[in-house]
Amino acid sequence: MMFNGILSGDLPRSRVLGVVLIAIVLGLLLTPFLLPGAKALNVAAKICIFIVLVASFDLLLGYTGIVSFAHTMFFGIGAYGVAIALNDLGPTWWAVAVGLSGALALSLVLSLVIGLFSLRVKAIFYAMITLAVATAFQTLASQLSDFTGGEDGLSFKIPELLSPAFSLREQPFLGVALDGRLISYYLLAAVTVALFLLMLRIVNSPFGRVLQAIRENPFRAEALGYRTVVYRTASNVLSAGFATLAGALLALWLRYNGPDTSLSFEIMINILLMVVIGGMGTMYGAVVGTTLFIIAENYLQDLLKLASGAVSGVPVLRDLVHPDRWLLWLGLLFVLSVYKFPTGIVGKLRARVRGAA
Amino acid sequence: MSSSTTTVPASGALPTVKLDRLPMLLLPVLALAALPLVGSVSSWVTLTFAGLAMGMIIFIMASGLTLVFGLMDVLNFGHGVFITLGAFLAVTVLGRAAGWTESEHLLLNLAAVVPAMLLAMAVTGALGLVFERVIIRPVYGQPLKQIMITMGGMIVGQELIKAIWGPQALPLPLPASFRGSLLMGEAAVEKYRLIAVALGLGIFAVLFWVLARTKVGLLIRAGVQDREMVESLGYRIRRLFVGVFAAGSALAGLGGVMWGLYQQTVTPEIGAEVNVLLFIVIIIGGLGSVGGCFIGALLLGLVANYVGFLAPKVALFSDILLMVLVLSWRPQGLYPVVKR
Amino acid sequence: MSEPLLQLEGVHTHIGAYHILHGVDLEVARGELTVLLGRNGAGKTTTLRTIMGLWRASKGCVRFQGEDITARRTPEIARAGIAYVPENMGIFSDLTVRENMLLAARSAGRAEDMDCERLDWIFGLFPALKRFWQYPAGLLSGGQKQMLAVARAIIEPRHLLLVDEPSKGLAPAIIQNMIAAFRELKQTDTTILLVEQNFNFARQLGDQVAVMDGGRIVHAGTMAALAGDEALQQRLLGLSLASHQ
Repeated sequence: MMFNGILSGDLPRSRVLGVVLIAIVLGLLLTPFLLPGAKALNVAAKICIFIVLVASFDLLLGYTGIVSFAHTMFFGIGAYGVAIALNDLGPTWWAVAVGLSGALALSLVLSLVIGLFSLRVKAIFYAMITLAVATAFQTLASQLSDFTGGEDGLSFKIPELLSPAFSLREQPFLGVALDGRLISYYLLAAVTVALFLLMLRIVNSPFGRVLQAIRENPFRAEALGYRTVVYRTASNVLSAGFATLAGALLALWLRYNGPDTSLSFEIMINILLMVVIGGMGTMYGAVVGTTLFIIAENYLQDLLKLASGAVSGVPVLRDLVHPDRWLLWLGLLFVLSVYKFPTGIVGKLRARVRGAA
Repeated sequence: MSSSTTTVPASGALPTVKLDRLPMLLLPVLALAALPLVGSVSSWVTLTFAGLAMGMIIFIMASGLTLVFGLMDVLNFGHGVFITLGAFLAVTVLGRAAGWTESEHLLLNLAAVVPAMLLAMAVTGALGLVFERVIIRPVYGQPLKQIMITMGGMIVGQELIKAIWGPQALPLPLPASFRGSLLMGEAAVEKYRLIAVALGLGIFAVLFWVLARTKVGLLIRAGVQDREMVESLGYRIRRLFVGVFAAGSALAGLGGVMWGLYQQTVTPEIGAEVNVLLFIVIIIGGLGSVGGCFIGALLLGLVANYVGFLAPKVALFSDILLMVLVLSWRPQGLYPVVKR
Repeated sequence: MSEPLLQLEGVHTHIGAYHILHGVDLEVARGELTVLLGRNGAGKTTTLRTIMGLWRASKGCVRFQGEDITARRTPEIARAGIAYVPENMGIFSDLTVRENMLLAARSAGRAEDMDCERLDWIFGLFPALKRFWQYPAGLLSGGQKQMLAVARAIIEPRHLLLVDEPSKGLAPAIIQNMIAAFRELKQTDTTILLVEQNFNFARQLGDQVAVMDGGRIVHAGTMAALAGDEALQQRLLGLSLASHQ
């Protein structure tokens, strides 16, 4: 089937998962028409961007078995690259190209250095080092205020085609204005789909299979003749590259970037939660986990509000189901997932199929 | 704890045991090098004590982390949660004892602070036992899962703390008699810093004594080197590990109280923020070495304060720079533990 | 005759995907020194580690003093009275000789509590240990470390000693010292299971011998019988005793 080719042979392998994925894709594509209003569109855009970001993290964690806390750094480099370029060079496509290339170049170099320098050490060491580097980078970004806008960040204009002021046609189509925002959104969605399919192709290629072999048993892989350092560094670089692209998309969408928007540790934690809950090493897990998490982030609070309203009399319970504590419940889900469902939602759905067969 | 350098043992003669003093010398060397850069002696004295105090508190927080890693190869990314909890417990206890903390009498202040510390240690120690059982034990020997699940533990812990105390920053004022400075000649040294240094030295002394002079300490030192052999000698090292983990968590709680008082403000992220510093310190010191951790922490404190004074912009990276410098000299840390 | 002190019945051990022991049947008689011979990779070390619980047997049964210890944890197995001297000796190099010995003396809370008589006897066997008593064990030579490893195993009486290649890498003079020490040990009625590749060393000490190949025991009998049968030695070990003098 044609699907097989597009998905690089990596089918959902579970009817439920297939349905869920189609629902998510359709939902994202039709959001402007189904759910009018800025909030829904923002949530959908964020989901798209994070699908790319989380999938790139899955490439590193799920397929290569490397835990890195520096992922948000590359995300931030992409965002800042575009932000600074648009800010300094004006709202042109040329600026976007310059910013993006600069960001990709920097990410390439940094991920190469980090990879070669520290992939030889134990996993725990590597995790600590990436944590330290990411923290330092975040501090750097807020310190170099002349360049990066410091704590306040940078607000800038984007190319005319994408700006809200631009209008393709006077009359709305199916109730939705055909303005720059809509174009922005569909550009975002298209790029997301393209990048995701590209990553799917990468993990299903011989290269991807070697990565998985290295994840399972590095000694065996080395014995079979694969230079693990080379492959892991390559995975590091690829993953960083995709994260950078996601960052560029973020900057274009938000028309703003600051240290907290892309570099904060919270985002790093969120990525980790999304990929584990969704299912590591599946790619589709990134889609499912991201969607679940971001919807929860934005709408779980409303649910919790209802719940806390119901238990407002009970002292301890009331604080636990307070809408601001949504992360507590997701955190618990995360811990349980690491324990009991190491393959995440996607893994669980696929296992069901195998069990029934 | 400290490794010795080998000199060739001739077939009959006894070898000389040289204690590896170089890392220890780094401290006075650094301090003396900073003196001409700082300029005035009084500023230097102030900075040095500030650095030592900060270093001592960091040591207290990090000592448990390094032993836990050395003993069982477990890196607790959630260690910060014990620090945060300790700090918040201090807020509660000292808040209740406001009458005593506001008094100028040292004894009354101590009567408020000491129970706060003891309570913090008891609670965090107990929580450490639970944490080990529920979060860590199921993932022994699986580093990836360990990293993730301890992170998860931290998130859940932090949210629970927010649920109990609220998400905002809370003030933690110093008790009245701890405030202010003592004058040493022209140099002003904050009283609290002196207390921190004294307490830090005391704890280091206790840890050192336990490790060097008791059988439990012997087991820990041996276990850090060769876990299997200790088990083969008949010791249930898992039980030992649980104890060390709980003790480390209790120390983190104590560190949290002291750190909170040092900053005078407590936020739910206070533990997570300091986590990175702790990792840097234990890497500098050598994973599993308490002595290395001690020197590493003091180095970090001194460097942070000297650089903060001399070149504020660089100060935020001073910890990473220090780590890179130390690792270039000794890639395994100041006092690497020889594993099997 | 009394039942054997140690019995292995059909023991299989897997390490990851590798199937190392393919059904080991072994009996170690009380009070005797049994030698486990075999080439590199035959599974001798794996056998010892399986007995000690460091690696879990995937099938079969390990019986010690009639009790099934197959599923027990290492500390429990040690406490049952089995001492282990591993191939790498397991010396804690940062600890002094004294501290190493203190650790091995489980019942002693402090150095003073160690059995003085027994310690003196050990010093008689291995004088170097007395000389280096306060020194970090990492400073000892290879032979001295081996002595310390054995000393640790006997500071307190044990029912069974598992010793892995004690003669490996040692100078001939030290080997003689080692043989003398083991001979004295045997007189204390200690049961010993000794893994060796050096047949000459083994021949001087062993009462019983078992030969391992490909994860199985391919021969078991008295040492005297094997030592006297050159053809058998040739077949099992690819060597002749005469050429090893």
